[in-house]
This record gives sequence, structure tokens and C-alpha cells, in this order.
Amino acid sequence: MATDNDTDKSPTEADDLPVSRRSVFRSAAALAGAAVAGGVVGRYLGNSQPAAAPAGDDHKPPVQGAKSASAQAAEQVPGRIVKPASGPGERPIKLGFQAHRTGIGAGYGGWYERTTRAAVKVINEIGGIAGRPIELIVEDDGTDPKRGAEVVEKFATQHKVDFAFGTLFSHVVIGSAPRAGELKLPYLVVSEGYHVASGALNRYVFQPGLSDVRSQVTAISSWVMDNLGKKATIIFPDYAFGYNHRDFFGAAVAKLGGTIKALIPIPPTESSFTKYFPKIPSDTELLYHVMVGPGVLTFVREMGEYFGSKRPQIFGFIDSLEGVDMASPGLEFLEGTYFWEGLPRYAGEYPTRGHKFYREKLGLSDSGASVDDAKDVSNNSHMFGCWETLFIIKEIVEQSGYREATPRDREAFIETLENTRWFNEGIEHPQGHKMFIGKTHQSHSQQFISKVVDQKLKVVHRTSIEDSLYEPETDYTKRAL
Amino acid sequence: MSLGPHLFLALLEGTVTALVLALTALGLSLVFGVMRIVNIAHGEFFMLGAVLAWWFASLVSGWPVVGFLLALILGPLIVGGVAVAADWLILRRIDYDPESTIVATIGLLYIIQQVVLTLYGGDAKAVEAPIYFRVSFPWFGYSGYKLIVAGASALLLVTTWIAITRTEIGLQMRATQLDEEMAQAFGVPVRRVYAAVFALGAMLAAVAGVLVVPIQQAHYLMGGDPLLLSFIVVIIGGLGNLRGTLVAALIIGITDGIISVFFSPTLAKVLATLLVALVLVIRPGGLFGDEDS
Repeated sequence: MATDNDTDKSPTEADDLPVSRRSVFRSAAALAGAAVAGGVVGRYLGNSQPAAAPAGDDHKPPVQGAKSASAQAAEQVPGRIVKPASGPGERPIKLGFQAHRTGIGAGYGGWYERTTRAAVKVINEIGGIAGRPIELIVEDDGTDPKRGAEVVEKFATQHKVDFAFGTLFSHVVIGSAPRAGELKLPYLVVSEGYHVASGALNRYVFQPGLSDVRSQVTAISSWVMDNLGKKATIIFPDYAFGYNHRDFFGAAVAKLGGTIKALIPIPPTESSFTKYFPKIPSDTELLYHVMVGPGVLTFVREMGEYFGSKRPQIFGFIDSLEGVDMASPGLEFLEGTYFWEGLPRYAGEYPTRGHKFYREKLGLSDSGASVDDAKDVSNNSHMFGCWETLFIIKEIVEQSGYREATPRDREAFIETLENTRWFNEGIEHPQGHKMFIGKTHQSHSQQFISKVVDQKLKVVHRTSIEDSLYEPETDYTKRAL
Repeated sequence: MSLGPHLFLALLEGTVTALVLALTALGLSLVFGVMRIVNIAHGEFFMLGAVLAWWFASLVSGWPVVGFLLALILGPLIVGGVAVAADWLILRRIDYDPESTIVATIGLLYIIQQVVLTLYGGDAKAVEAPIYFRVSFPWFGYSGYKLIVAGASALLLVTTWIAITRTEIGLQMRATQLDEEMAQAFGVPVRRVYAAVFALGAMLAAVAGVLVVPIQQAHYLMGGDPLLLSFIVVIIGGLGNLRGTLVAALIIGITDGIISVFFSPTLAKVLATLLVALVLVIRPGGLFGDEDS
């Protein structure tokens, strides 16, 4: 996709840029909207080549939105004069969304992007961030760590974004985060892995919108052990995300007096699973599974074929079936098994005002699919993290007085976020209250355990935030900025 | 699980893998044998078959058998059409030059993948099996449909074999494979044979894709594994040697099943790749190939 520009400046004009930039500043009032031109200048300074893609259709609305958002803000805040966007100071807040549009994360990536767009739309409608509209810039990382680092670099040097966010797959986060730290670009991931909270990354990386695997597992393990069985076998994907499950659930089992019968790693690109099931010891009481990637449905189905009715208790992370219709052929076998959910897929299972508002804006049906296509099932247990992260950026920018991508403003943003303790449930946080731990850069929230009843997920237990807490193993606030 | 049933499961898995693999690899081998080109986009034809199966199934939802039969017949025909178009638009223009063809088919691979991603999406989508039952052994259960896939693949392999060895078009193919210029001199329309072979190779992959999709789901990146395994099989069996391809597919498929079940699937892939290296060093023409090829 070609870069879309706000004006029809040709590349030749862009080459003369320093001159035109000066003249633009001098005659700001005379030119139609120096804010628009400022945006162009900013873009061309780092980048005379047309670069890939702020998502095309997104580009112009924010600029138009600039006026309406500021105008709205002016109406909403009496006594405070909010000028319509004029001058470089009133430029939009630029957010770089690192999207898995292609590669193995494409299924999740599509919904992450839809959620992000819905949240940006809502935020722009209610006045933007500190009266400034959001300009969303989307770059595909191909679910690839190397590309991920390049995307972060492009955000910082070409698009000059204020913040980057939205990365899901843990290997991409781990690949991209060091570059964000070097470029001193605040990088807010929506990834679930324990890599942020473990201290493995750097001070610029946060995960405030979604709880991490360790807190999820810590929260659910006592209920699972008490209700489903104490002799457990764990099936997990053979990379970082899976190891989090293996290690933390394994530790929880040992702590709660259970035993691990077997650990079965499965390569993330595997497409056939029957060969792994003989490795499950026959005295297993509880089978704990978490799978990601395109093979998930096959995994669950072949597990059903293998066990038939003589199955152990089964508890899975919904990751094994995110985006998959629970009524898909071959899933009948899951009846009576249990799943972790981050946010219930079925609307009636958590009918709060915030959750309803969020689903409505996103166009989700009561069964968690797109209202336009019942087969297009969402990733409701994860994608709310993008929504909440955007509102967190809004809250923290407004509280910290952040204005420009300068070291001083970024420090203010980071320190304000680190000192924040709570994000309250509401339309900004449809999943529930979040307790944010500044030392680990990680949020903790409630978790849901659901049972499959009539091929639907019915919430049977909701954990408290306290259930999910663990002793921080790092303190990012002591690291260098 | 005790050794007997364990081995039995390994053999079942291995046989199913082997027969589907044989079908896919046969297509690749045929294309190389007759046209002397390496088709990197072969796996994408497999994927297209699977995606089309999903499309037909969703056209007549509620009738999985009808959707599946439509897919089984029309899917490969559509893919064959795509292959003929690719032959005419790309391969013929570069005169089937081996090096250029590799690059061109890499391009084709990306085009097909991205078109499917754009039109079909990045999700893996399930297709209902036309016949679904669970075979219950005393020790474990097994998908009845997988056994049907194995049977259907075997049947298709035999049919293709007969078509190549007993029919006129098969004769023309074999003649072209042996000596292109001589065949042309005897009135074999070599260019048309090329197009037909390229289409047939793609259709074999597509049929395998249709058969596999109720087991695996259709996903736009699913073509990678079949391509890699087909290459392994074709190199071990001898490029262009159909009998070698079949035997190698059985060897690779069944050992893959057994090693995967008893040890690890990664070890199975390691050993297969090692075998390829050994074959290339010791018998570059493949186990069944000509020594000088």
C-alpha cells in the first residue's frame, strides 16, 4: 500500500522540504490548515520514499475528526478554549498499531485490528486524546519477529508515532521490544506472555490492557485442581507462550498438592495431533491444554476421536478455540469440558454496561461472532486488550500532560503509567477493573472459567483480582530511561 | 499404552500420511519428469483445493455430502484451470527455463497465498467430513474418515497410474518425458502435453487438499508442509520417477508415523531430511532414479 498523504504534494516538492517547511511555518494562517501541512512535513522529513501504509481508509478521517473532536471538546469543557487544530502543537496523536495481518497470527490479527479501529472511532468521537484526534498507522509485521523489529523502527523514524501498541504473538514481542527500548518508544503490547512481567524486556514495554499468562494461571489453578482433579497432564505449544503455561501451571499443581503426570510439547505449526495422545498417561485425571495456531480445531477434534467417552476431565485455555465456532463439526466431544476465558464470548454471561457498549461498537453478536457473519467468530478473550490499551494511552497522556514525542514527555508518560494503580471498569475497561503493577508493567484482572453446555460457553466461576497476584520478580521503575 | 496398540496407532497414522503424501508428491514428480521444471507453487495448489472445498461446503451448507462431492469434482478442475492459465501466462513466456521457472513459481506461490488471504481470510476454517464415524478400538479411538481418505487416495493413485501407463495421453506424456524433440517429430503436441501435465500435477495436489480438509481445516499457509514433504519424497524416489515417488512416499509416511508416535515429530523430520542429504550424496539420481540423471 502506498503512503497516503494529506495533500497532493508531489515527491519533487517534498525534496525541497526544508524550504517549504519554513515557509509553511511563516505563513501558517494563510495556508489552509498548517496542521495538515505539519503532518506532511513530519512524514517527509524522515522519509522521502513513499513508505508502506497507514491503513488507507483511516487516514483522512482523523484530520477531519481533528476539527470535530476539538470542537466537541470545546463544547464539553466550558471555560476552556480549545482551538480547532491549527499549528504543529495541535497535530493528531499518532499511534502505531503493529498488526499481524499475515503469517500464523492473521486470524487473531484481523480482530485485533477491528477492535483497535472501533476504539479509535469511539475515542475520536468523544474528543480524542487531550482534545487531539488519534491518527492510526497500521503496519503488518507478518507475525515475524524480525519484521516486528523493523516495524517498530519504521514507526519511530518514518512515521514518528507517539506510541506503538497492539502486538500479540510473544515471539514477535520479544523480537521487537529491544528495538523499541533503543528508540525510546513507549511500546504497549497486548500479548499475554509473561515476558513483560518477568523483567526480560525494558522500561519502554508495557502490558496494561491484558493480564499475563502467569496471573491467569495463578488465578484459575486452585479452582481447577479442587474441582477437576489433581493428577494433571499438560499439552502446550513448544515455544515461549507454551512454556509459561507449563511452568506456572506446573508450579501451581505442585504447590496445591497435585502431581504432573506428563508434559507434552507440540510444535506450533503442527497439523496432525493423534500421534501425541498416546503420550498421555492413562491415570491422568485432568488434561490441561492450550494450543494456538491454525491447527487448533484439529487438535480438539482428534482428541475427541482418540478418547471417545472415556476421557479425563479436560480444562483448556480458550486460545485452543479462539475464533472457532463452538458448534463446529467434531466439537461435540467438548460438551462438559471447561475453558478459561478472558472475557466471555457469549454476551449473556457478563452483561455489564461496559461490555455491552464494547460489543455494540465492535459489531459483535450475542454469540460472539460478527453481526454480519455468524461464522466470523471473534477472539473475545484477547482482543479487548487493544480497546483497553487505547483508553489507557488516552488516560495516561491526559494525566501526564504528554504533548510531543520528546524524551521529557515520554518520561512523564512512563512514570505516570508506572504510578497508576487502578483502571476502573466501564466502557473504557469492559473486561473489568485492572490492578496495574508499576514494577512489572503488567495489569491484573478477573478471569472467567466456563463450561461447555449445549455447545456454548457458560461461565461457572469468576476469579478475583487477588487470586491472580504473584510476587513481582523485577522492578522496571529502577531501570534507566 | 502397551507396545502393540501403540505400534498399531503409529502404523495407522503413517499409512494415512503416506497415501495422501504420495498423491501430492506424484503431481510434483510428474511435472518434473515430463517438463523438467521444479514447481515451487505445488503446495499452493494443495491449499487451493482445501480452500475451494470450504467454499463449496459453505455454498450448500447443511448438505456436507453434496458440498464435499462438488468440491471433489469441481475443486480440482478449477485448480487445473488455474494451472493451465499459469502455464500459458507465465511458464510458456519464459520458455520453461528451469532457473526462471523456479523464480516464477515462487512468485506464483506468493500471489496465490495473498489472493487467498485477501478473499478468504487468515483464519483456519473447518469443513465437515462427508462421512463421519469413530472407529473404536479396545485401546483408543480413530477417525473413520481418515481411513476413507487413505482408501480414496489409494484409489486415485491406481487410477493415475493406469492413466499414465495405459492411455494415449499417458503415452504422449511418457514420450515427451523420454525425449521431447523426438516426441515432437512423431507428432506429439508437446506444448499441449506440457499444459496438460502441469494441470494434472496441480489437480493431484488439489484432490489431496480436498480429501485432507475435513481432517486439517483450510488455512492459507497450509501449503508449506506438503511442498516440503513432496520434495523430500521426490528427491528420495528420484526426480520424475513415478514408481520411486510412490515407494518413497510410503517409506517417509510410515517412518514419520512411527517415529512421531514413539519419539518426536521433530526427530521424524530431522531423519527425513538427513535421508535426503544421504541420497543426494550417495545416489544423486534418487533410490530409483537413473544414475546419470
